[in-house]
Amino acid sequence: MLASVRQWLDARFDWVALTAPLRKKTVPVHKLSHWYFLGGITLFLFGIQVCTGILLLLYYRPSSNEAFESVQYIMTRVQFGWLVRSIHAWAANLMIFTAFCHMFSVLFLRAYRQPRELTWVSGMLLLFLAMGFGFSGYLLPWNTLAFFATKVGTDIAGQVPFIGKSLMIFLRGGEEVTGATLTRFFGFHVAVLPGITTLLILVHLALIQRLGMSVPPGVEAQRTAHPEQSREMRFFPNFLLHELMAWYIALGVLGALAALSPWGLGIKADPFASAPAGIRPEWYFMFMFQTLKLIPAKIWRLDGEVIGILVFGAAGVIWTLLPFLEGNGKGRSQRWILGAGIFALAYMASMTVYGYLAK
Amino acid sequence: MENTVVPEGGPTRRRVVELFLGSSLFASLVSFVYPVLRYLVPPPVADLGGDEVIAAKVGDLKLNGAKIFRFGNRPGLLLRVGEGEYRAFSATCTHLSCTVQYRADLHEIWCACHNGMYDLNGRNVSGPPPRPLENYRVHVRGEDLVVSRKREA
Repeated sequence: MLASVRQWLDARFDWVALTAPLRKKTVPVHKLSHWYFLGGITLFLFGIQVCTGILLLLYYRPSSNEAFESVQYIMTRVQFGWLVRSIHAWAANLMIFTAFCHMFSVLFLRAYRQPRELTWVSGMLLLFLAMGFGFSGYLLPWNTLAFFATKVGTDIAGQVPFIGKSLMIFLRGGEEVTGATLTRFFGFHVAVLPGITTLLILVHLALIQRLGMSVPPGVEAQRTAHPEQSREMRFFPNFLLHELMAWYIALGVLGALAALSPWGLGIKADPFASAPAGIRPEWYFMFMFQTLKLIPAKIWRLDGEVIGILVFGAAGVIWTLLPFLEGNGKGRSQRWILGAGIFALAYMASMTVYGYLAK
Repeated sequence: MENTVVPEGGPTRRRVVELFLGSSLFASLVSFVYPVLRYLVPPPVADLGGDEVIAAKVGDLKLNGAKIFRFGNRPGLLLRVGEGEYRAFSATCTHLSCTVQYRADLHEIWCACHNGMYDLNGRNVSGPPPRPLENYRVHVRGEDLVVSRKREA
């Protein structure tokens, strides 16, 4: 049956030639091969986000009068609604977690080096988009936490010199965070970001397909010294089956988290209430949140938070362009990037922990 | 062969055609992009309530108590600091726009978002806020506590 379908397709579209690259593609096998799974797991979680997101769209209503109630309706009245929403919320967090792990693994295994600079850049842009998804999606249930997180987040955008004010008004749909903001964020979350992300994922995958998997420099040296010991695995079906197992484990973790710890809804946002005590953003913004909390009000003559925001912005740009800053990739420049990676990881991890422990 | 011969003045004519084509393409692009850019900017909302609002009734607040009230499109904070002594401020934190609250236990105004503190005159005393809270005028009119924006001298 399958053979006859393949024959039919082959007669019309030259199927065998079209799929030849997939069959030829191999994945290097070595002691660090398992790090290759992280990108695939992130992609899998993105797929889950698309599916559960579409399901949520069937009942969700993007207006400040109805959003909270519609999510409440999904969680209490719609059959398995609590599960669909919990999976959407948990998968979002897991996806950002695996994307960060993927980024750091690529950094420490130096997979960004020539000729894969643009793969790194597209990956970094995807990471920023994932955070954009998180930020815009967080507001959609229209609860108190989300309301103040959005107020702070868009105010941060407002601190950018020159274009800040216009950017903030564009994001908020006005001077303040209101129902207009919710409508805009909904549009970004379900149309603008998915469109751009899908395109960039295609670019990212095409680059990986074109350039093949990177082998870490240390492993590469060994493989060159002992070519007889270097092993390859066929991508299809061997590596894909391994990857499927990893996806299945991710699905298991996700199902367990969603079922055992369903995502809460909180209290409906009231624009005329004080920010509640203990307010904090999602964990992946925690290191920035905690830094902004610690920065003094004034540094020289400038507002502390403006300095903080500019430093984070500059760090993001430098990080995205990292492969181009490495120089010849040997000696000092290589150590510089390794040091920066360790510092960034340590800073983010310690500030996140501090943010959760601090009152 | 004849086709490849460039006639006298050919390149100039081509340049003129390119200029026309290019500028009309650019003009049509601008005519598409400009309305879209203008569309992205939300129309301004009138600040309802003007410069004066009834924030509460005289009996509403206990001594050392506070209330968030609506001042136009923004929240305000009304405090009762002494017998018949009221103070009012903008409740928008000058750091990153969270809504502040009164901490009766500390006798200070606190922003929960980034741990900013203001004293009872609205001055930023600790944490990240860079500026004091905007100070409003409070006066009692019959049973109403009326809050109004201070006019610049």
